[in-house]
Amino acid sequence: MTDAPSLHGESLRQRSAAELRRENLHIMWRTLTLAWHAYAKDKAAVGALIFLVIVVLIAILAPWISPHDPTEAVGTRGGLPGTDGLVLGGDMDGRDMLSRLFWGGRVSLLIGVVPTVAATAIAVVLGLFAGYVGGWVDQVVMRVLDVFFAFPLVLLAIVIAGILDPGVATLILSITVALVPYISRLVRTTTVSVKQEPYIEAARAGGATTPTILARYVLPNMLAPVIVYSTTLIGLMMVVGSGLSFLGLGIQPPDADWGTMVSDGRAVLKKAPHATAFPGFVIVIVSLAFSFVGDGLRDALDPRARVR
Amino acid sequence: MTRFIVMRLLTIVPIMFGVSFFVFILAHLAPGDVTTTLTGPYATEETREQIRESLGLNEPLPVQYGKWLSHILQGEFGKSIANRRMVAELIFPKFANSAILALTSAAMAYVIGLFAGIFAASRPYGYFDRFTIAGTLMFGSIPPYWFGLLLVLLFSLTWRWLPATGMTKIVGGGGPIDVILHLILPTIAAGAAPAAIIARTVRATMLEILSQNYIKVARAKGIRRGVILRKHALRNALPPIATICGLQLGYLLGGVLFVEVIFAWPGIGYQLWQAIQARDIPTIQGASLIIAVAFVLVNLAVDVFNAYTDPKIRISEGVRSR
Repeated sequence: MTDAPSLHGESLRQRSAAELRRENLHIMWRTLTLAWHAYAKDKAAVGALIFLVIVVLIAILAPWISPHDPTEAVGTRGGLPGTDGLVLGGDMDGRDMLSRLFWGGRVSLLIGVVPTVAATAIAVVLGLFAGYVGGWVDQVVMRVLDVFFAFPLVLLAIVIAGILDPGVATLILSITVALVPYISRLVRTTTVSVKQEPYIEAARAGGATTPTILARYVLPNMLAPVIVYSTTLIGLMMVVGSGLSFLGLGIQPPDADWGTMVSDGRAVLKKAPHATAFPGFVIVIVSLAFSFVGDGLRDALDPRARVR
Repeated sequence: MTRFIVMRLLTIVPIMFGVSFFVFILAHLAPGDVTTTLTGPYATEETREQIRESLGLNEPLPVQYGKWLSHILQGEFGKSIANRRMVAELIFPKFANSAILALTSAAMAYVIGLFAGIFAASRPYGYFDRFTIAGTLMFGSIPPYWFGLLLVLLFSLTWRWLPATGMTKIVGGGGPIDVILHLILPTIAAGAAPAAIIARTVRATMLEILSQNYIKVARAKGIRRGVILRKHALRNALPPIATICGLQLGYLLGGVLFVEVIFAWPGIGYQLWQAIQARDIPTIQGASLIIAVAFVLVNLAVDVFNAYTDPKIRISEGVRSR
C-alpha cells in the first residue's frame, strides 16, 4: 500500500499524463477489489453468481452438450422424465426436454440481458443529458417519458411486440423501449443530486470542462445505483420476455425459449405436467438468482452499507 | 385539497395527448400498408378508399392525428377487423370483466400483503418473518402464466375442484356462485406476485418506522405493542403502502392479460391478445388506449389519497412532480 501513488500526498506537484492514468487505474482497481470483498461476504449473492455463470455456460455450450437435437422428436409424445432414456422426458412432440432447456436458455437469457443493457445505455445518455442540462431540455425529455409511464410496462411491451412482426429482435426492441423510461428516471434523479455535490463545484472551479465533469465526476458517482437497479431488472425482464414468448410474440417454432416451452406444455398439461413445470421452474430460479446478485451488488457498491 | 386535485388533473392532459398520439402512430408502425392494417387483408378497394378518405391518409400526419383523435373523443374507435363489430362496443364490456378480475386480485394481494407484512415486521427474524421473506422471494418473481398453469393442473385437472376456463358471460351466465367459482383460480394466479411485492414493501416500511425514535418513546411510555403498531407505525407507513398498492392495481390492469389468456377470461387483455394474433389494429389501439386511461386514473387516485392522508404532500408540494 505504501508504494501506491497517492492523490494528495505529493500535494501540488504537477503530475504527468501517464502518472494520472496510472493513478486512475489504481483507484478503479481499488474500488473494484473493495466492492468484490463486500460482495463476497454475501453468501447468497456469491452462490447466485456461480449458478448464473453455470447457466450461461450451459446456454453457450448448448450445441455441444445437448444430448439430442432440440427440434427433433426422439421419444414418445409427452414422455415422462426417465422414459426413452430422456432425463427430463419429452415435450408434446417427443422432443428432448433437457436439450430444449439448454437451447432455450440462449434466447431466454438474451431477452433478459440485452434489453436491460441496451435500455440502461440509452437511459444513461438520456437521463444524464436531461438531469445535467436541466431547464426546458429536462422538461421535454421527462414529459415525453411520462407518456410511456401511462402504460403498464408489460402492456407496453406486448403492444409494441404485437404490432411488429414476431421474433427475437422484436422482443428485444419492445422490452428495451418499455424499460428506457424507468431507468432514465433513476439516472436523471441521481444526476440531479450528484450535480449539487460540492466536488462538482470544486471541479468546475478548478477549470474542468463539462465533458470532463460528466465523464470523471458525474458518471462514476451516478452509475452505482443505476447498475444495481438494472441488475435486479434482468430477472424481471426475463420473466416478461418469456411471457411475450409465451404469447407467441417471440421466437418462432420449432425453436423455443423457456417461455414458449411453458406455452407448448399446455397441450399436454395433464398427461405430461413436467413439460410445463420444468421450464417455468427454470425461469423462476434464474430470475431469482439475478435478483440475489442485484441485492449483493447493492450492498457492495454502496460504501455506507460496506462499513457496517 | 380541491386545488391539489385540479392541478393534478391538469398534468394528465398533456400525458393523455401523448398517449393518444402513441396509440395513433401504432397503426403506422405496423409493417405493411396502413389500409391493410386497418381493414384487414380481404377489404375491397372501395373500403380502402373509404378509410383513406375518412382518415385523410394523403394528408400530413398531424392532420390525420387530429381527425383520428376527434373520432376517439366521440367514442368511435373504428371497426374491428376480426369481428366486424365496432371496437367500442367490443372493448368496453371486456374492460368491465377485466376490472372485476383486477379488483379481486388486488383485494387478495392487499389483504395478504398487508397482514403478512405487518406481522412479519412486528417480530423481525421470527419464524413468521422468515416464512414471509421466503414467500415474497418465491412469489415475487413467479411468472403469472406459469403459476396459472400450475393452479389449473392441480385444482382443475388433478383434483377437479374448480373450473379452469368456460367463463363467457359474467352477467346472465351461471349466476353469482358460478362467477365466484370461475374467479378463484385466476384471482390467485394474478394476485400472487402483487401480494408478495406489497408484503415486502409493507415489511420494509414498517421495520424502518419501528426503528424511529418516536416508537422508542412510545414503548418507553409503556404503550401496548398492538397500539404502537396500529396507531404509531402503520399510520405513518400509509403513504408508501398506498403508493405500492395503487401501482400494483395499475400493473394488474395490464398484468391480468396472461391470466386471462390462460383461463380464457373474457377481459380486455384476452381481447388484446386475440386482436394481436388477428393483427386487428383498431382493436389493439382501442384496448391499449383504454388500459392506459385506467392506469393513469388509478395513479391519480393514489396521489389524491396520499395527499389526503399525508398533509406534507398537500401543503408543500402542491402538485407532485412525477
